[in-house]
Amino acid sequence: MHTPSTEPRFSLYYNYQVYQPWLASQHGPQLRHQVVIVGAGPSGMVTALELARHGVSCVVLTAEQQVSEGSRALAFTRRSMEILQQAGVAERMTEAGLPWRFGNSYYRGQHVFRLEAPHDSNDRFYPLINVQQQYMEEYLHDACKANPLIDFRWGNKVIGVAQKDGYVEVEVDTPEGPYTLETQWLVAADGGRSGIRAGLGLTMEGTSYEGKFVIADIKIDLPLPTERLAYFAPDWNPGNTILMHREPHGIWRIDYQLPEGEDPEEALKPESIESRINAQLAMIGHAGKPWELDWCSVYSARTLTLPDYVCGNILFTGDAAHLLPIFGVRGANTGFQDGQSLGWHLAFVVKGLAGKTLLDNYSRERVTAAREIIDEGGKSTRFMTPPSHGFRLLRDAVLSLSLTQEFVRPLYHWRTSRPHEYMNSALNCQGDDNALFQAGPAHGAPPLNVKLGDDDYLLDHLGGGFELLYFTQQASLPESLQEIIRAARAKGMPLNVTGIGSGQHIEGADQTLNDATGAIRERYGVNASGTAYLLRPDQHICARWINLDALRLQTALNTALPQ
Amino acid sequence: MSEQNQTLPIDTLETVYDLMATAIDEVDAKKIELFLVKLVLLNAKAIGNAEILREHISIAQKDL
Repeated sequence: MHTPSTEPRFSLYYNYQVYQPWLASQHGPQLRHQVVIVGAGPSGMVTALELARHGVSCVVLTAEQQVSEGSRALAFTRRSMEILQQAGVAERMTEAGLPWRFGNSYYRGQHVFRLEAPHDSNDRFYPLINVQQQYMEEYLHDACKANPLIDFRWGNKVIGVAQKDGYVEVEVDTPEGPYTLETQWLVAADGGRSGIRAGLGLTMEGTSYEGKFVIADIKIDLPLPTERLAYFAPDWNPGNTILMHREPHGIWRIDYQLPEGEDPEEALKPESIESRINAQLAMIGHAGKPWELDWCSVYSARTLTLPDYVCGNILFTGDAAHLLPIFGVRGANTGFQDGQSLGWHLAFVVKGLAGKTLLDNYSRERVTAAREIIDEGGKSTRFMTPPSHGFRLLRDAVLSLSLTQEFVRPLYHWRTSRPHEYMNSALNCQGDDNALFQAGPAHGAPPLNVKLGDDDYLLDHLGGGFELLYFTQQASLPESLQEIIRAARAKGMPLNVTGIGSGQHIEGADQTLNDATGAIRERYGVNASGTAYLLRPDQHICARWINLDALRLQTALNTALPQ
Repeated sequence: MSEQNQTLPIDTLETVYDLMATAIDEVDAKKIELFLVKLVLLNAKAIGNAEILREHISIAQKDL
């Protein structure tokens, strides 16, 4: 019998709500589901919301009866906010969060590097925003709860998974005992310690780093701006690294690296935490300032991924699929991209709009993304927590030189999480004009946002299916294009057409955007009437043409949805 | 410019020899490795080419 705690978790700032468990005895017989998602973290809930947006129902199972403990993910990127906008929770995130774009690195009391994340006036969202994970989960849960296609089950712990012929049997334990579920597709979004991954005996590829960090959230009043602070090799923690982030509600995150060989349990003892936090506060000129501990945990960096996210009818996503270092905010931010990607790929397969090969594409694209992140994140990790004598020596040489030598300072850059560009995706159209464009997002790239007016941006208008952006000075889409679009829709393909012109309504477009200022044309490298972009449901570009014709549109649609 | 063609006149080499030896003697014994790595990084900047450094590493690794 699974009996999760019904005591609200401790927090100095978040009011935990304990939800009622879903009990099989209170519901009718269970038919075979199309999709069951195990795990209600960021990637699981975004997958659920994306599936629902494409009209596919799902069950979400979570072992706990409340949202997760501690601030955890905390820092979310612009692309995450754009994905959360699609999921309908970006406004609440913006209201709750602290936006930021600067980072500072210190060595021997000297400010040796300032990171400035670029912020274009065309972007709705800041490069980064700090929101404690409990709030993010609450907002996503509220969105799931409000969606009739999502059956959310608290207190349901998966204890067994068996692949059958074309479906998966799931054994679920609850506070009244176990029941069995059948599902055509099982999404394993059950986190870094994925029981499903372990149960299937799947092995991840990559590296685990020895360096351990304590993550501690404290309530304290510090008169410092919302900027990332990094301290290298201070006197109180020789050779090690300390990171600080401001959180909402008067909370500060302090991550400090532990001396080599220190036992994590020892490190989490109150007296150990107290002396180290006091030493850090003293170092930054706030000795003796009162503070209170909210939450703490121990973390070590790993750069691991499964080589394939599709295993029969089980699909892996988020931390269940890969473990990525926190340096560069890569956990949840990657999980959102995974969830958004899996949501549309799976929905199109479930609805019969594409063959199962589309799921292989999900795996290929996201495994490639994880490997790119591992490559980049590995560099940051080797600088933050050098894994060997050689790496430590080089890092220390850079720290020392950085006091006087400008050329080494860019090595402090922590390579912030950014969306992967699917430049080699099988969904990219081969016969288009991708290479002929001088500007704008290329094959596989995420879209560029454009400010259209007060509180009005291009990406506000896109989402929910494939998007054709058609730039024209004419009063209508050519009839030959309209024919192809009608035929695609008749087969069930969601395809929205946005006409972009100089103000007049464009016949044949679902919506018309006024680009009299030329802002969209400039961002997308458009010089001619008849230019077009095709965006996938995750908004990444899969085709673009200087001059679109019906035949080439049909080719792109066929490529984007392989049968 | 090929590395092999670059010559170092004997009087310059002798100056480098003495400079390095004296500097190593002056550095705290525990910091010699760090000092030498800093020196390599500064020289790498002057050379501006990872391939030459790769070649130097492979030569220096021989006959240790």
